[in-house]
Amino acid sequence: MIAEIGHFSLILALAVALVQAVLPMVGAARNNAAWMATAAPTALVQLACIATAFGCLMTAFVTSDFTVANVMQNSNSLQPMIYKVSATWGNHEGSMVLWVLILAVFGAMVAAFGRNLPPSLKARVLSVQSMTGVGFLLFILLTSNPFERVIPAPLDGRDLNPLLQDPGLAFHPPMLYVGYVGFSMAFSFAIAALIEGKVDAAWARWVRPWTLVAWSFLTAGIGLGAWWAYYELGWGGWWYWDPVENASFMPWLVGTALLHSSIIVEKRDALKTWTILLAILTFSLSLIGTFLVRSGVLTSVHAFATDPERGVFILLLLVVAIGGSLVLYAWRAPLLKGGGLFAPISREGALVLNNLLLTTAAATVFIGTLYPLFLEAFDGGKVSVGPPFFNATFVPLMIPLVLALGVGPMLGWKRGDLAGAIARLKFAFVFTLVVTIVAAYLSWGRSIFGVLGLTLAGWLAGCVLTEFGARIGLFRMEIRDVLRRMTGLPRGAWGMTIAHLGFAITVAGASGASLWQDEVIENLRAGETLSIVGYDFTLRNVDTVQGPNYTAQRGVFTVRRDGVVITTLAPERRRYIVTGTETTEAALYSQWHADLYAVIGQGGGQDGGKESWTVRLYFKPLVPWLWAGTLLMVFGGFVSLSDRRLRIGAPTARRAAHPVSPTVQPAE
Amino acid sequence: MSRLVFIAPLILFAVVAAYFAIGLTKNASILPSALIDKPVPTFDLPPLKDTKPGLATADLKDDVVLVNMFASWCVPCRAEHPLLMQLARDKIVPIIGLNWKDRKSDAIAWLDELGDPYARIGHDPSGRTGIDWGVYGVPETYLIDRDGRIRFKYVGPMFPETFAEKFLPLIKDLRK
Amino acid sequence: MNARLTVIIVMFSLLWAGNSPAVQPDERLSDPTLEERARELSKDIRCLVCQNQSIDDSSAELARDLRILVRERLTAGDSNQQIFDFLVARYGDFVLLKPPMQASTYALWFGPLVVFVLALAGLFVFFYRRMQANAAQPDVVALTSKERARLSALLDDDEKGRP
Repeated sequence: MIAEIGHFSLILALAVALVQAVLPMVGAARNNAAWMATAAPTALVQLACIATAFGCLMTAFVTSDFTVANVMQNSNSLQPMIYKVSATWGNHEGSMVLWVLILAVFGAMVAAFGRNLPPSLKARVLSVQSMTGVGFLLFILLTSNPFERVIPAPLDGRDLNPLLQDPGLAFHPPMLYVGYVGFSMAFSFAIAALIEGKVDAAWARWVRPWTLVAWSFLTAGIGLGAWWAYYELGWGGWWYWDPVENASFMPWLVGTALLHSSIIVEKRDALKTWTILLAILTFSLSLIGTFLVRSGVLTSVHAFATDPERGVFILLLLVVAIGGSLVLYAWRAPLLKGGGLFAPISREGALVLNNLLLTTAAATVFIGTLYPLFLEAFDGGKVSVGPPFFNATFVPLMIPLVLALGVGPMLGWKRGDLAGAIARLKFAFVFTLVVTIVAAYLSWGRSIFGVLGLTLAGWLAGCVLTEFGARIGLFRMEIRDVLRRMTGLPRGAWGMTIAHLGFAITVAGASGASLWQDEVIENLRAGETLSIVGYDFTLRNVDTVQGPNYTAQRGVFTVRRDGVVITTLAPERRRYIVTGTETTEAALYSQWHADLYAVIGQGGGQDGGKESWTVRLYFKPLVPWLWAGTLLMVFGGFVSLSDRRLRIGAPTARRAAHPVSPTVQPAE
Repeated sequence: MSRLVFIAPLILFAVVAAYFAIGLTKNASILPSALIDKPVPTFDLPPLKDTKPGLATADLKDDVVLVNMFASWCVPCRAEHPLLMQLARDKIVPIIGLNWKDRKSDAIAWLDELGDPYARIGHDPSGRTGIDWGVYGVPETYLIDRDGRIRFKYVGPMFPETFAEKFLPLIKDLRK
Repeated sequence: MNARLTVIIVMFSLLWAGNSPAVQPDERLSDPTLEERARELSKDIRCLVCQNQSIDDSSAELARDLRILVRERLTAGDSNQQIFDFLVARYGDFVLLKPPMQASTYALWFGPLVVFVLALAGLFVFFYRRMQANAAQPDVVALTSKERARLSALLDDDEKGRP
């Protein structure tokens, strides 16, 4: 019964979405206020329907209703409850319902909170949002129905893929989707603007919060995925340039560019057509990512069960959505009148450089990810494009980006003084030098590229701190005034400072994690000790433990440094009962500057009569900085989001008529 | 000129979409052989059974044959076995076996249970010869021509339809 | 369809072996320099039965076989390129995680550079056009020296304290 209600809710949602897609759009074209006003209520009803469907699916999982095929394939009575819940979205069909749910949530939020949007813009935005919804609801109902029954019902289910039975991975998809799918709102705004034929500072101000939300969650989602890979997959890698990872990274790169270029639209009324294009491209990359993951055209560890029929449907969706929007762009974008002039060396110029580098980086990832496909289509052979390619092409682009990111905020709008800016960055130069020396000393003997990475990170951090200090008048004014300026700073400025600092720390973490790690592998018997970088791991014993749906070999290690016990680590090697799959659960000990990482492998070896196990120990410097930096970036995004100016909304028509001057608007 | 700038993204997307469409018709997980039209690698494998000869490079000349990579632990190999038995019975094409990464006793027991369609069987417990052939899983089937060249490789279990579609025309061609 | 599904199942059964780190102690060479080279080479060789892993990272059987093979050839004195060539002769370019530089991959390796150059060119055109448009603007009345001084004072102030 619940499954049928869920199914019906989806069909109802489709009907409502169709209404929402057509009526407000026609109403806006004809200036019919009543029809335009249908946008908000239909958006809310659509959310209610899809939320009901999602709730029904989750109920089916929670109650272990194995008559529902999806539950049977992805759950099991022995599975812990949290994974029964997360199994709702841990499969293709369920995750598509999550997809449209988030699409509807964003639509409903604009409906509810977009009070100061002009009615025609609001109508068009919600209409476009709903068109995307129609496409995906059709996809679900026609090819990926999660509510199909299986008769006769089996006694038990097939169990969720053991790799997904993990807290980190339970939350990774929802966060990723809020990001991924959240960029649909920027897309809808862009299309609406093209239809209206108008992009102005107000538009940029309205788009900003939605872009910030999506960006922050996408950053969190990607970080969570990387963190999960790090502790779960057993070799301490955190980014593999896997096609599906790249599919989420490309929207992030272009989304970051979008975030920055929309600032120029808002402040300087320039770069409009470029920003609109970025908004379309960001969501297009999300859609292409959805296609790549679910169609089977690329091999990947992450890929869902592949089915070419689904692939064809999604490709059609792509052609309509992306093709349609780019046709609209080619037709209407030339009408958008450009605005403010600025010199190449200026704050705007720096932001343009930022955009240039980020989009080139995204193009690089795009080329690398899709090249095997392109070559094969030509029958040009089969090649692999793996990490060596991306490390050689992507990383060099990041160097000028980080350098420019430091200098940019120090430049003035419209016409900047580069020499002056660099002169004011004296502290940053000194800071960078100190960081380089310390890094070189501590990492003596290891890869020198790591030092380069830390130099860049130090440069950026130094610049961010200098800019912040200059802004609050540090060392220039009385402490009282400094504190007053600090508390009076707009949240947007805080957000920028925190996020850029987070980025610097992430760069440092990435350098250390990729280039400076230590590894030892050995066969150990109980009682023996293995050492790495001054830490002694003594294997006390290996027990067999029983989990809810698995049995495991658990090795217990006492970790000492200079004879003092620091911690106990207990890595496991699990075997899941239903599928027979084996996973390794690494044991981690995080300090502020590095991680200790222990893995226990196969046992069964005999060494002088006693059983021995393969033990792997890793010393991973600066890995915690990866996570800390990412968290800071996400936090910075949310701080920016809480800026009052975004909630109050754009300036009214009266005030917007006045020219924007540097002294009236607080710079950002 | 500036119009072109605005149309460029659309054109780029059209190209990408076309590639996606073509990509949907291909199978991303099958690795094509690097040895097509090249001579069979140099190897010499001991026999699996005392009653049947082993396999070496020199044995793969003068006739169009199938070389089938199999193992007793391989589930899809079981699925394709009836077809191999039938091909051997009807003398459609000689079938040579290469037992890949398997224990002698297990393989012999497996053949005793399911039947033995092979004219010769080479035993490759280490899998090294398999690597020389570019084997990455079982079952795989290779078509060898009279000059000892590999002309076709099929990955995965063979079924009557696949054999009729993919192998028969080639076999007829090579026998002319 | 049936065949393809079974292949996927075969592949999958080999894949699940591959989620834990891989080099076993008994595989390692006694010469640390050679072993280091072996590890580096392994990172660039694809595990063919996994989805996107190197043989260094995968614990699949074939990955182990290839790791041992690489070490054997290293001990026999092969250069890195010779070992890569050996594997490519058997498995094709697909086995290398770093795509080779050859005619079929020029677009791949030079693509990013081309994009960057095109984007940079686009940027120059953009600024050039802007400057042209600016120069074509109607005559701007020149500033008096007082206005000029006031302007520079304001701009200085702008750049120092309020970025």
